[in-house]
Amino acid sequence: MKLEPIIELQGLSKTFGSGDSQVAALQNVSIAVNPGEIFGIIGLSGAGKSTLVRCVNLLERPDAGKVLFHGEDLTKLTDKELRQRRRKISMIFQSFNLLDQRTSLDNICFPLELAGVSKKDAKKRAMELLETVGLPDKAGSYPVQLSGGQKQRIAIARALASDPEVLLCDEATSALDPKTTDSILKLLQKINRERGITVIIITHQMSVIEQICHRVAILDSGVVAEVGAVESVFSNPQSKAGRRLVSPDVALPVVDWDTPVARIAFNGTMTEEPVIASLVKEKGILVSILGADTRNVDGKAFGTMLISLPEEEDGKQAVLDFLNSHAGISAEEVHKDV
Amino acid sequence: MFDLFSDPVKVAQQLQIIASEYGFAVWETMYSLVLETVFAYVIGLPLGVLLVTGEREGIHPLPGWLMKIINWVINILRSVPFLILMIIVLPLSKILVGTKVGTIATIPPMVIAAFPLVARMVESSLRELDQGVIEAAQSMGASTWQIVAKVMLPEATPSLISGGTITLGTILGYGAMSAALGGGGLGKLAINYGYYNFKFIVMWAAVIGLILLVQIFQSAGTRLAAKSDKRLRGR
Repeated sequence: MKLEPIIELQGLSKTFGSGDSQVAALQNVSIAVNPGEIFGIIGLSGAGKSTLVRCVNLLERPDAGKVLFHGEDLTKLTDKELRQRRRKISMIFQSFNLLDQRTSLDNICFPLELAGVSKKDAKKRAMELLETVGLPDKAGSYPVQLSGGQKQRIAIARALASDPEVLLCDEATSALDPKTTDSILKLLQKINRERGITVIIITHQMSVIEQICHRVAILDSGVVAEVGAVESVFSNPQSKAGRRLVSPDVALPVVDWDTPVARIAFNGTMTEEPVIASLVKEKGILVSILGADTRNVDGKAFGTMLISLPEEEDGKQAVLDFLNSHAGISAEEVHKDV
Repeated sequence: MFDLFSDPVKVAQQLQIIASEYGFAVWETMYSLVLETVFAYVIGLPLGVLLVTGEREGIHPLPGWLMKIINWVINILRSVPFLILMIIVLPLSKILVGTKVGTIATIPPMVIAAFPLVARMVESSLRELDQGVIEAAQSMGASTWQIVAKVMLPEATPSLISGGTITLGTILGYGAMSAALGGGGLGKLAINYGYYNFKFIVMWAAVIGLILLVQIFQSAGTRLAAKSDKRLRGR
């Protein structure tokens, strides 16, 4: 069954500035996001990610193109209609953007207040949401009294208050330490699973995409370089921008080319089997790892590794054969100029 | 001016004036101050909001020519010296409050002198706000009015109170000056009885009264601003 996309961006273009200082932030960007998925948009800084996500709820108006929500073009709506739709497309931010002069509880009540929900009902719902994000004891705390991770949890609760269908995350974990990032991502995953909310994540962190996204779009200088399932994009990037993101320059470390070298590519079908260790153990051939850039997506290994090979042809062949006999691994001898 | 107490007869005479007039002068100062401040905010607060929301990048852009005119008017009113402005505007008092003399008559000119200051104070308070918070409210579907009433003004409250304290001090100063053109209050006591009639004890008493009022407003304002600011709560 083909799903109707919940959010569809068609041919978005946006240019900032004028004359010589013109910057094309987006150029003919088209993306379709399916209901219930966690969709990642990754790119280096300046790639236009933030502009793109801000076009989804029209905080930024594109110069050209359509923004479809359930097939309805948001750019054609009146201000009032747009405000109604925005309640169904919530957003969280890198800098949290909580109201400093309100308590956590009142921050969560805020979108309900805007929608005209009675104070009593709003409070009740806000308390439930505090429970959901794991901070029921922080109802009376002001933002200044909370840590970064706690602030983002309150912001998530606030975003959920209006019962949205889509949650936009604009670099939501970029200001947080790795451990807190991890817990926030788990929370987003839980919200996605339990409430069926479609999540769109903007990030420059590969790890964020790997950890929770189903599909990813790579944005490069305002253009979508490629879109696809996270596993396929990361194991076999088709675009230059994709390759740069997946295996950055460090992937080819300085190698001492005195010995023959093999490159092993892990394409994700293999799980965490200690393949190099078994090579040493079973074949009795000692190899050293010269460099590696591998990553773990959903418990599967992706990436490349460079190892030294024995000098003699037999040993060399034995190693390559052993490695190639494993599913999900391809190994070949490489030379300096590769 | 500093040989205050050498003549016991004059001292007794001046103390007599202070005893009979001081209380009323303080009352006149206070009520005109309150009225002027209230009216200055009635006009200045919305104008200050407009200056921020109405600009090109604001949440409710207004036509550029309109913003230009508003800015011009405020700048012109801010640059005319207070006494001159008062002389120009006093005829308006005849229309607005029915008289050109007395404390009441000085209120319209003082409001006209003070509201541009209020507008600029409010403008600068609102500009300090984090743009991200306003954007967050927009993303939740808040209308312009909701953003002003529920985000901008409440979030800027501590800063608005600080600005209000400064405004109060300035209007108090204008009030004292207005005595030269028939206004009442402590300023009148200092200028008419004191300076013009060589009753310097009366003059200093009035001046000290004004100093005390400014001190009280300032410390009360500072405390109130700090108390209202939830960002200052300790962890």
